Amino acid sequence: MIDTAVQSQVAIDYSAGERLTMNMGPQHPSAHGVFRAILTLEGETVVGVDAVIGYLHRCHEKLAETLTYAQYPSIASKTDYVAAMTSEFAYVLAAEQIGVVDVPKRAQYIRVIAAELQRIASHLLWLGTWCMDMGGALGGGATVFLYCIRERELILDLFESLVGARLLYGLFQVGGVRYDLPDGWPQQCRDTLATIEQRLIEYERLLEDNPFFLARARGVGFITRELAEDVGVAGPLLRGSGVNFDLRRNLPYSSYGDFTFSVPVEPEGDCFARYRVRMVEFRQSIAIVRQALDRLPDGPISSRPALKSVAQIRIQKGEAYARVEGPRGEVGCYLIADGSPKPYRMKWRGASFSNLSVLPHVLPGHKVADVVAIMGSVDPVFGEVDR
Amino acid sequence: MPAWLVAALAAFAVLNVVLVIVTYVTLLERKFAARMQTRIGPYRVGPHGLLQPIADAVKLVMKEDIVPDAADRPVYNLAPIVFLIPCMLIFATIPFAPGLGVADLNIGILFFLAVSAMEIVGLFMAGWGSNNKYALLSAMRAVNQIISYDLPFIFSALVPVLLTGSLRLSDIAAAQSGLWFVFYPVIGQLAFLFFVISTLAAENRVPFDILEAESELVAGFRVEYSGMKFAIIQLGEYAHMVGSSFLGALLFLGAWSGPGPEWLGPIWFLIKAMLVFLLVTWVRWSFVRIRVDQILTLSWKLLLPATLLLLATTAVVIVWRTSGLT
Repeated sequence: MIDTAVQSQVAIDYSAGERLTMNMGPQHPSAHGVFRAILTLEGETVVGVDAVIGYLHRCHEKLAETLTYAQYPSIASKTDYVAAMTSEFAYVLAAEQIGVVDVPKRAQYIRVIAAELQRIASHLLWLGTWCMDMGGALGGGATVFLYCIRERELILDLFESLVGARLLYGLFQVGGVRYDLPDGWPQQCRDTLATIEQRLIEYERLLEDNPFFLARARGVGFITRELAEDVGVAGPLLRGSGVNFDLRRNLPYSSYGDFTFSVPVEPEGDCFARYRVRMVEFRQSIAIVRQALDRLPDGPISSRPALKSVAQIRIQKGEAYARVEGPRGEVGCYLIADGSPKPYRMKWRGASFSNLSVLPHVLPGHKVADVVAIMGSVDPVFGEVDR
Repeated sequence: MPAWLVAALAAFAVLNVVLVIVTYVTLLERKFAARMQTRIGPYRVGPHGLLQPIADAVKLVMKEDIVPDAADRPVYNLAPIVFLIPCMLIFATIPFAPGLGVADLNIGILFFLAVSAMEIVGLFMAGWGSNNKYALLSAMRAVNQIISYDLPFIFSALVPVLLTGSLRLSDIAAAQSGLWFVFYPVIGQLAFLFFVISTLAAENRVPFDILEAESELVAGFRVEYSGMKFAIIQLGEYAHMVGSSFLGALLFLGAWSGPGPEWLGPIWFLIKAMLVFLLVTWVRWSFVRIRVDQILTLSWKLLLPATLLLLATTAVVIVWRTSGLT
């Protein structure tokens, strides 16, 4: 029903005299990567949107068929490079489900710590880029962006001392994690969390006491509950539209059931609601990491024996779908194993991809300036959209 | 020396001084913004990056000048000049010290406001001549915004005129030797506030930079410009900015009045103008941009009535006080 309504908006006679067709992207300051939106404008108002994706397609799913279970996790992080831990997580969970691999408790906790720190880092980058979309690279938005980058840097430092890499990690392996926490890392992590918790209050005061920010974020880009459910958006978008759903609580994986945390839900469905959801998620992630550090059990970090060859791990025949709550929503990995060291087939369910498909429903009727604000609030990462 | 030669020399001198100030204002802004954003800013070229503006200028001169095939060539090429001239001309009437200026017109402020509004012609030519959709949208926004904000700009600038009773800028400056107009109870502060807001809008600064709006319109009207033409547009924009800062310092902050010997006057004036400039910069680097419809709403529904009311109130107060009814 909603689909037909959009079709009528998209199927516009582009030759109409008073209408302007404007290309936003694929090379555009607000494209967050390579996204092309062909906008039909009437004055400043958007009447039609034609979204074009695929500029960053790298055949990730085919690539997964050519790499072994030991190799692919560190490549999986390249799908969503802003939240690299998430896709590694989904891949190893799927492989472990098929192979019925046991994961030690300590490894599960380290996974949770990594995933939640990653969520904080990803949300920080989102806040910065979203404000830059609204405020300009030569304005207040850039100021917020640089503050956020400053804090994200602290988390990347943590990852660096844990894994050795700052963007694409390769921490996960089938059966556990590759690295144990180094000495002094828990304390460094606690200090970082305390700093970030403090700075979050600063951001909120900087933004929520700012009438211009509120004017841009409130009442813009409504996603109704029905639309959110029909299109299948996930993560903060879904919770910002009043749906109380979070995989970490509804379908706990990797010991998430051990931790107490709340799931923020905002019923309004506008950009400001999505902003609020993410601001609360920051706090919840911090709380989860603190609990995990407090109760971190001793023991091995992986059930996988040391490998002599990357083709040594074989997973029995079967198929499984693993779902992980990433910073942008549900990241799914569908894996079919045929008993060889490589999967027979792999399919990603990218959160950004599903979230992005809400844009043509939401954008018409808004001003050009709102297009970038709404797109920023969706927080797409095009590595994950195109894969 | 014949009078015309003096005038020509004065104009030449002012133009050069202004160019130097404008060039270095970019460095000031970059340093200031960097400090706000926990950065250091330009540091490599010269001590503390002091030669950065020169390096920037050299770089821009050496850039290739690209003219789009589809551009309307005469309009496209002329636009930067048409834009720069009014931006430079506004300095003509500003007295930098008693008797130190190019032309102290008896309608100085009127000249300033009229010429300063003319920059829109160059902006629109640039946007139209580029034959680019981003530039066109930006040009439309520019006309919209500048027409909307020139009225509050003029009305708030007229408050000191009323308080002085003269349109001559040197008279306005001299009238503040006792009390700067920004300290005039209530009226002064309100007028200064409105002046700063409408300056921000007239200068196309964040939060009102919808015509540049790089996240929507890439670079707006100057998206197709490169090399020296881009530099000229940039120069004009900053010249306009500096000119308005000088006007603000002159109208509200007592121009050259300050402690110390008289020859320090121009320096005080410069410091005050830079303070106004930094105030505008401070706002620029702390706010997000607002939408085009919100900008128009703010102007027509809030600023315009408010400044008109303020102007009327000022007139009433002056009549009340001068007629001795207090």
